[in-house]
Amino acid sequence: MSMLQKLRENRSSQGTLLALPTTFWMVALLVLPLLLTTVISFGKRSPDGEVIYTFTLNNYIRLAGFDPNCPPADGTCFNPLYLQILGRSLSLAFNTTVLVILMAYPLAYFIARSHPRKRNTYLFLVLIPLWTNFVIRVYAWMMLLRKEGVINNLLGLLAGWIGYDFKPLEMLYTQGAVLVGMVYEFLPFMILPIFTSLEKIDNSLYEAAADLGANPIRTFRRVTLPLSLPGVVAGTILVFIPVMGTFIVSDILGGRQVILVGNLIQRQFLDARDPTFGSAASLILMIMTLVVTYFYTRKFGFGEEIVAA
Amino acid sequence: MPAEFAVELRDVVKQFVTPEGANLAAVDHVTMQIRNGEFFSMLGSSGCGKTTSLRMIAGFEWPDEGEVIIEGKPMGHTPPYQRNVNMVFQNYALFQHMTVFENVAFGLEMQRAGRKEIITRVGRSLDMVQLKGLDRRRPRQLSGGQQQRVALARALVNLPAVLLLDEPLGALDLKLRKEMQLELKALQQQLGITFIYVTHDQEEALTMSDRIAVMSLGKVRQMGTPQEIYERPSSRFVAEFIGESNFIDGRMVQISKEAAQVHVPALNMELSATPISGDLVAGEDVIVSIRPEKVQITNSINEMPNHMEGTVEKTVYIGSDTHLIIHTGSQNLKVWEQNRVSRIDPHAFYSSGQKIQLVILPENALIMKRE
Repeated sequence: MSMLQKLRENRSSQGTLLALPTTFWMVALLVLPLLLTTVISFGKRSPDGEVIYTFTLNNYIRLAGFDPNCPPADGTCFNPLYLQILGRSLSLAFNTTVLVILMAYPLAYFIARSHPRKRNTYLFLVLIPLWTNFVIRVYAWMMLLRKEGVINNLLGLLAGWIGYDFKPLEMLYTQGAVLVGMVYEFLPFMILPIFTSLEKIDNSLYEAAADLGANPIRTFRRVTLPLSLPGVVAGTILVFIPVMGTFIVSDILGGRQVILVGNLIQRQFLDARDPTFGSAASLILMIMTLVVTYFYTRKFGFGEEIVAA
Repeated sequence: MPAEFAVELRDVVKQFVTPEGANLAAVDHVTMQIRNGEFFSMLGSSGCGKTTSLRMIAGFEWPDEGEVIIEGKPMGHTPPYQRNVNMVFQNYALFQHMTVFENVAFGLEMQRAGRKEIITRVGRSLDMVQLKGLDRRRPRQLSGGQQQRVALARALVNLPAVLLLDEPLGALDLKLRKEMQLELKALQQQLGITFIYVTHDQEEALTMSDRIAVMSLGKVRQMGTPQEIYERPSSRFVAEFIGESNFIDGRMVQISKEAAQVHVPALNMELSATPISGDLVAGEDVIVSIRPEKVQITNSINEMPNHMEGTVEKTVYIGSDTHLIIHTGSQNLKVWEQNRVSRIDPHAFYSSGQKIQLVILPENALIMKRE
């Protein structure tokens, strides 16, 4: 009783108590594993796939494309394979984010400007795909894109009607297929924050802009877009970071053709049984994501409201 | 040649669909002519159609029937950004992501004015509303009154033919509101811009306007100067909406152009009164409307028209005035008397049951049709 009494009066211990479960969770499942990963990444792999704890930069040198066992004078050992994978991941994440913004914004705008009673229905429709398992939805794309898939069959049928000699398109296991899958998977995570920030814009602001002589295009550029930018920023963070690390979409829709950092890491841990190299790749992925996010948020903020500065 | 009227509404109708699916005429065959340089108010309670009328002038709504004419040009479906009018919104509608300067400069930028001109005109405009030195602030860093001034400066900087104001002082406290009323009026006279002002506050309308349109249920009930609206309300509705009044039933006895006699059973007498409508006939049932402050309490018992004796029922002292309920005949009359003499001595005040002499000048007893 008196413990409760004390707690009621002490605000700071209330805060500590409320933060305790999450703090414990984060330390146990994020901070400790991360430290472990860092330590392992400087280690060596034993012939049977065990970690030898030591300090070597070999894993990072390999990632940069050099063979640590190569004589230093010999330049032929350079192999940019891993750098290409990192670059591919980065550019795919960038392209996905841009495409998702371009597709999500008009839809979010439409939903935000629709009648309040219809709005919930539209949002519901946006969320429905999330009820189905992520992996299953990616497999569905496989059915659509493969050589004997729905799209090729339909195109073949159409081609047959107009008497055109149709060869099934190679769509599956291409970068395009991975991009389509990524955009599809992450679209809702962009629509929702953009919708939220657009919905908050009072109708009178559009009217005020029009009243002051701005046509719809200039109203959009000067009022709508700047006021909805926080939503775009929040959405970008929600999309860019997971896309950088995902391996399921590229695994299923990209096969062996489209290997991303995510796949590289997964294979090092499971197939190649080299946790030290996998750990190094994980850390590099994390640092890359952090750097991009840092510069991005420094320019645009974290998607918080535009408040009096 | 400048058009005769700044804004004209010709037989304008605007219908809305209610949530129940019925058609509701928010504006129902409204015709108004607003003169150049005039301070014109639309006055009415919520849902009377005043804001919809204003929004049709701004171009946010288009009339279903009739026409909105600005500076002699029928507007048709001209969008707001092509109309030479600017609006001060009820919630100010300031752009929170811009500074005060950027807010005020917005309209000039849309007109593609030069940088130098923008700086000069924004500066002058901010001076005018006494916001000098606040141009780098964000709207949220300002008080309600200051935000109101930014909204005003943002509209006025464009020197529109007509400034539309939608209850712009509604969110301010009473004292600030009164100050702003006088300031707005002074600004309007100084700039010579036509102001169309929407308000539900009758005192505000009376204080500022050259002319007022009293509206109700989408219709204009009366249009005129503040004096005309207050002293000669054309109907019981207007007399009741603006100020207070005693309404007493009567029957026309005799009517000429200027004067009329009404038999008032409740007062047990014939009142000399002024007919408001032209089409009243002898024998018709009418209402007599008398403003409480127009009833005079008098000491002399000489023969004056509309002289009566009453008994004080109730007194309320409100500082500047005393409000009395006086029973005369079988009627209770509201009578307001200004406290020109000191009431500090109880003997200088009225007491319940006291006999009192009343006089109502014929020009202050208005005969209206029974509605």
